Amino acid sequence: LRLIYTTTVVQRKNVAAAGPEKYTEAFIKKQIEEFNLGKRHLANMMGEDPETFTQEDIDKAIAYLFPSGLFDERARPMMKHPTEIFPEKRKIQWGEDGRPFHFLFYTGKQSYYSLMHETYGMLLNIQEYQDQMSAQDSPPEKEKKNLPGSRWLTKMELEEMLLEKLSDHDYSRFIQLLQKIVALPYGTNEEKYMQKFSKEITVQLQKVVIDPLQYDERGVAFSTAEGQRKTARATVVVYDNGSGKITVNGVDALHYFPVLQDREQLLFPFQFLDRLEKHDMICTVSGGGRSSQAGAIRLASAKALRSFVTEKEVEFMRQAGLLTVDPRLRERKKPGQEGARRKFTWKKR
Amino acid sequence: EDRLITEALSHPDFFNVKELFSLKDLFDARVHLGHKKGCRHRFMEPYIFGCRLGQDIIDLEQTMQHLQLALNFTAHVAYRKGIILFVSRNRQFCHLVESTARACGEYAHTRYWQGGLLTNAHVHFGPGVRLPDLLVFLSSLNNVFEPHVAIRDAAKMNIPTVGVVDTNCNPCLISYPVPGNDDSPAAMELYCKLFKMAIVRAKDKRRQREVFDELQ
Repeated sequence: LRLIYTTTVVQRKNVAAAGPEKYTEAFIKKQIEEFNLGKRHLANMMGEDPETFTQEDIDKAIAYLFPSGLFDERARPMMKHPTEIFPEKRKIQWGEDGRPFHFLFYTGKQSYYSLMHETYGMLLNIQEYQDQMSAQDSPPEKEKKNLPGSRWLTKMELEEMLLEKLSDHDYSRFIQLLQKIVALPYGTNEEKYMQKFSKEITVQLQKVVIDPLQYDERGVAFSTAEGQRKTARATVVVYDNGSGKITVNGVDALHYFPVLQDREQLLFPFQFLDRLEKHDMICTVSGGGRSSQAGAIRLASAKALRSFVTEKEVEFMRQAGLLTVDPRLRERKKPGQEGARRKFTWKKR
Repeated sequence: EDRLITEALSHPDFFNVKELFSLKDLFDARVHLGHKKGCRHRFMEPYIFGCRLGQDIIDLEQTMQHLQLALNFTAHVAYRKGIILFVSRNRQFCHLVESTARACGEYAHTRYWQGGLLTNAHVHFGPGVRLPDLLVFLSSLNNVFEPHVAIRDAAKMNIPTVGVVDTNCNPCLISYPVPGNDDSPAAMELYCKLFKMAIVRAKDKRRQREVFDELQ
C-alpha cells in the first residue's frame, strides 16, 4: 500500500475556506481569553504577580524562556495581545439570513463609497443653505479663514481609517470633493465633519536662535561656538575688547598654521565684519587635517561672532557662506575601481 | 411560511400597486419624453407613441402596464425578503438613488461596476455571499452610453431584472422593462418614490402577516 500524498492539495483547499472564518468575533474573543490565561500562567512561572504583569514583562519572560538566536525580530517567538497580531480585518459582513449589514455592500468598497455619499450629502446641504441665504438676501458671505496650519489626511491614513484599500484615483476624488466644499461660501458650516479629515501641521520654527553674549569675571563679553569640516571638530571662544590674538590648542595660531591659506581662513570672518583687531579667540580643535581644522575654526568663529553683530550683518555672513556647514566628506573607494572615481586602466586587449 | 407566500400569489395585484401612480402623475413628471429620433433604439419602437419635432414620445398606456407589473414584482420580492439592488450609473441621481435604497432598507450600487461582482462574487466578497434576488435599473446605460454590464451579468446568474428603459436603451435582457424617461430629475424622483413605497408596503404587510400568524 502506497501512501497517496494528498496533504498539499488538502491544505490548499482548506486555506480558501478557512480564511474568512478565522476572523469572526467569536474566534478573536477566544484568542483574547487564551492570551489572558497564558499571561497569568507566565506570571506564575516567573514568580511575579499575575495582576500587575505588563506587556514588557511578558516580552522579557518570553525572551528568557525561549532564547532565540534568529536575526529578524519578527521571527522570534512573541506573545502579544490578539488585536495586535490579527490585523483589524473585516469580519463577515452579513447576518444569518445572508443580508449584508451595509447598504453599499455590493459595490465592493463600502466604507469609501459611504464616505463619498455622506460628503456629497454635506455639499448638497451647504448648497441648499446658500440658496436659502441668497433668497433672504442676507448680508455678505462669511470670510473663509485659510489657516495654512492644516493638511488633509494622506492616502495611508485614509486607508487605515476606512480599513479598505483605496486607489490613487479614489483618494484624489475624495480630496477634490473636500476642497470643493471648503471653497464654497458657507463651506465652514460643516467644520466638525471636515476636521475628521484634516490634520494640523505643527509650524516648525526654522529661525535659528542666536545665543546672547555671556560675561566672564573680568566683565568681558564672550561667546562660544562649535564648527566642523570633514572630520575636524572645533570649539571656539571669542572674547571682546581684544587685540586680535588667536590661540589654537594652547599654541599661537601662527605656530599652529604655518601655511598662509590656513591663516587666511582663520581671519576671514573678522575681516568680513571689519573687526580684525577687536576680538581675541581661544580654540580647541581635533581630528581632520591642516586645511579641515582651519575650516572648522572658521565656521566656529563665524557662529560665535553672530552674538556680537546685528541681524543684517548675520544675513550678510550667511549669504557669504560663512555660516554654512560644508557637507563634503571623503567618498569611499569602491571595489573594482582604483579610487572613488578613478577606474583601472582600460586595456583594449 | 409557505402559506404566506401562496396567499400572496392568489391576487393579481395583491399589494394594490395601481393606486400608487396615475397617468397624470407620469405625465407631470415628464416620463413620456424620450431622446431625439436619431438616438432611437430599434427594439424600443413598439413602446414609442410617436415623434414630435424630432423628439420621441413614449406611450404612457404601455408604460402604465409595465410599471404596474414591475412594481408588483418588486413588492413580491420584498415580501419574500429578497435582496433588491438598485443600479444606476447616472451621476446626477447617484445620491438620490443611494438615499432611497437606504430608506427602504435595501441595497444600491451607483458607482463603477467592477468586472466580476456578480459572476465572481466568491472571490470579491467571501465564500457564502448571498447575491441580490432582484436588480432594479433606474438608468439602463452606463456613462459611455452602452448597456450596463449588470444586465448581462444578472441574466447569466439567473437574477430577474426590472429596468427603466429610455428610447436609446436595449430592453432585451431585462425581465420587466419599464419604458420611460431616465434623464429628468422629476421622473427619477417619481420612480424612486414609487419603488420605495412599493417595497415599504410589501415589508409592512409581511410583518403584519407574521404577527397575525404568531397570534393565531
